[in-house]
Amino acid sequence: MAFDLAIALFLAPAIASVASLLLRNAHVAEYLNAAAAILDLAVSIPMLIDVLRSGPVLVLHGYVLIDPLGTWVILCIAVVYALSAIYAVGYMRLLNEEERLPLFYALFSGFAFTMFAACMMNNVGVFWIAIELTTLISTFLVGFEREAESTEAAWKYIVVVSGGISLALLGTVLFYWGGSFVFGPTYAMTWAALHQSATQVYTPLLTVSFLLVLVGYGTKAGLAPMHTWLPDAHSESPAPVSAMLSGALLNASMLGIARFLSVVDGTRTGQFAHSAVVALGIFSFILAALFIVRQTDVKRLMAYSSVEHIGVQALGLGFGGVLGVAGALYHMLNHSLNKSLMFFGSGNAMRAYGTKDMGGIRSVLRTFPASGTLWLLGAVGIAGAPPFALFLSEFTILRAGMAGRYRWAAILFIVFLIVVFIGFLSHFRRMYFDESAERGPALSGLVWRTVPMWLAFAPILILGLWWPQHLWSVFAHISSTMLRGAQ
Amino acid sequence: MFLAHLNSLEASIFSSLAILSLLLAFVMLGSHWLRNYVYAFAAESWLIAALSAAVGYFGGYRELYAIAVLTALFRGLVLPWLLVRIIGRLNVKRELHAVLQPSSSLVLGALLVMFAFVIANYMNREGATAGHVVILALTIMISMKFIGFLMLSVRDEAVSQILGLLVLENGIFLGSQILVPGMPMLIEIVILFDLLIVVACFGMLVRFLLVHAGTTSSRELQRLVG
Repeated sequence: MAFDLAIALFLAPAIASVASLLLRNAHVAEYLNAAAAILDLAVSIPMLIDVLRSGPVLVLHGYVLIDPLGTWVILCIAVVYALSAIYAVGYMRLLNEEERLPLFYALFSGFAFTMFAACMMNNVGVFWIAIELTTLISTFLVGFEREAESTEAAWKYIVVVSGGISLALLGTVLFYWGGSFVFGPTYAMTWAALHQSATQVYTPLLTVSFLLVLVGYGTKAGLAPMHTWLPDAHSESPAPVSAMLSGALLNASMLGIARFLSVVDGTRTGQFAHSAVVALGIFSFILAALFIVRQTDVKRLMAYSSVEHIGVQALGLGFGGVLGVAGALYHMLNHSLNKSLMFFGSGNAMRAYGTKDMGGIRSVLRTFPASGTLWLLGAVGIAGAPPFALFLSEFTILRAGMAGRYRWAAILFIVFLIVVFIGFLSHFRRMYFDESAERGPALSGLVWRTVPMWLAFAPILILGLWWPQHLWSVFAHISSTMLRGAQ
Repeated sequence: MFLAHLNSLEASIFSSLAILSLLLAFVMLGSHWLRNYVYAFAAESWLIAALSAAVGYFGGYRELYAIAVLTALFRGLVLPWLLVRIIGRLNVKRELHAVLQPSSSLVLGALLVMFAFVIANYMNREGATAGHVVILALTIMISMKFIGFLMLSVRDEAVSQILGLLVLENGIFLGSQILVPGMPMLIEIVILFDLLIVVACFGMLVRFLLVHAGTTSSRELQRLVG
């Protein structure tokens, strides 16, 4: 059952991608892409339910693993894919690049395809390849607008991320070497095998291997100080791509860190590994908070907010325990929803005012009464205020931090949460309530670009008011399997 | 594990091939001329191919012969050929603004190799002959990483940055032949293939950069900061 759903999950974007290239029709491509994305979201939910009910599934000679953790990340990715595919229909038409749009949509669904694939890879080496493929495809999406800035961003993106991810490859090879002392020179390098051998691997070797994969996948996840590509790539790509990079790609890389963390859990490296993840998380959070305060560019503001939230997720995973893992996973979904909303709003504002500079964006509510309200509420939500969903997940992570050995990190987290709140919302106050001389021009075709904002906003509000018992049991299940080690 | 049964002849063959490839990384570090980088990189890849073949022969891993052929073909011929073509088209012969003089980057490289040795020594628990080869392989693996990152950070030209990335991966190839010769072949083939895509990508990006930013030097990439 789960396997059949997985086939549908992959077929939809694959067909959309090939058909966009073959048919060469912009309108067909955009609808195909949106349909594939919505289908994927519809498939990912029953897949998660099925995996939870009947346990993880191993297929294709053990190369593919459909487990609750991976499926949860797939669900988060599918949410962002669906929202941004709908948004792209309205947004990409504004760029006046009709003849290149089929290529854009082919890459867009290909990008989603590689991210889904990464979440299901059971072989650690193939997981690395899948993550590297996401980089290759998304580079062209980042540089799609062919401006000097977006080309620069694409170049930085591919150089920094490939360099970083090669450290993860070295770490993977060292993990394999460590395992070969237990299983002999040739064995299938699955997550479970690595976990099984980890207790018997020489501790310094295991520690160095873990640090290498942490820095490698941390680069891809945008953890500071390896985040340098992120603000450029996220701010220079078209808005739907920014949403995908921020809401989906970072999650797929976080999955790598979570899986490796559960590989070393229970060994003598485990404690150190958790501390390293907490340290990177809190550093990313503080650094992003400071950059948020002094930001002038609206999309870079969102990009630094991604660094901040990926730091929060790392904190949750690092704090560990049921609360920490549950908070991090809940945060993943909430951030995916909320950040998509924010990027859509900034895409609208950027196109209407013709600038990314927040100084040029004024009186947003007069220009966009409906979508402007949503954007403002989203900003309140992403700053971590109730009654929105990110408040609940951050609160859970905070509880996990206060309960464990990392109270200092939890206290720093609270302090800089306040900094983020003030910094982020003061930018929005100026954009919304400072008077400006002229009125921003009206934009046509706003429906396509407002509907996905509603679709993102509704769950943020609902999940913020009511944490469903079922979701809680999903997280409890995932965290118990993580603590027992990877499946 | 085959490293445990190494005789001294095998150990010295593996060590000399590994050390020679590290030396070639230093050749790349110490030169200003882009073509020299490419030739050194090609030679390094041939040495790694020879190492794969040697490990395959002495360790009895048949599939390593195939990897040796693939490495020599892709990394020893196709990639350098593509890079030389790009250099010819870009009409840049050398690094114009070196952040570090070749001599100081050589010294820095040597220090990094020492640091790599410290890490390698920390990670090893094999004794005697096997220990020598393991520490050597780990040292070279990690120091090629460092040298690759050093090249990425002190060189501006897009071509040298591509080469820096390739050196990063060469280190892994070299080390993994010695440490984990039995690693399933699938991965290595896909990585070779993957690299080819990377270079195709890069070739395109270099062209984009030239058309739109007007330069292939990352020194000029200063629009996006903060």
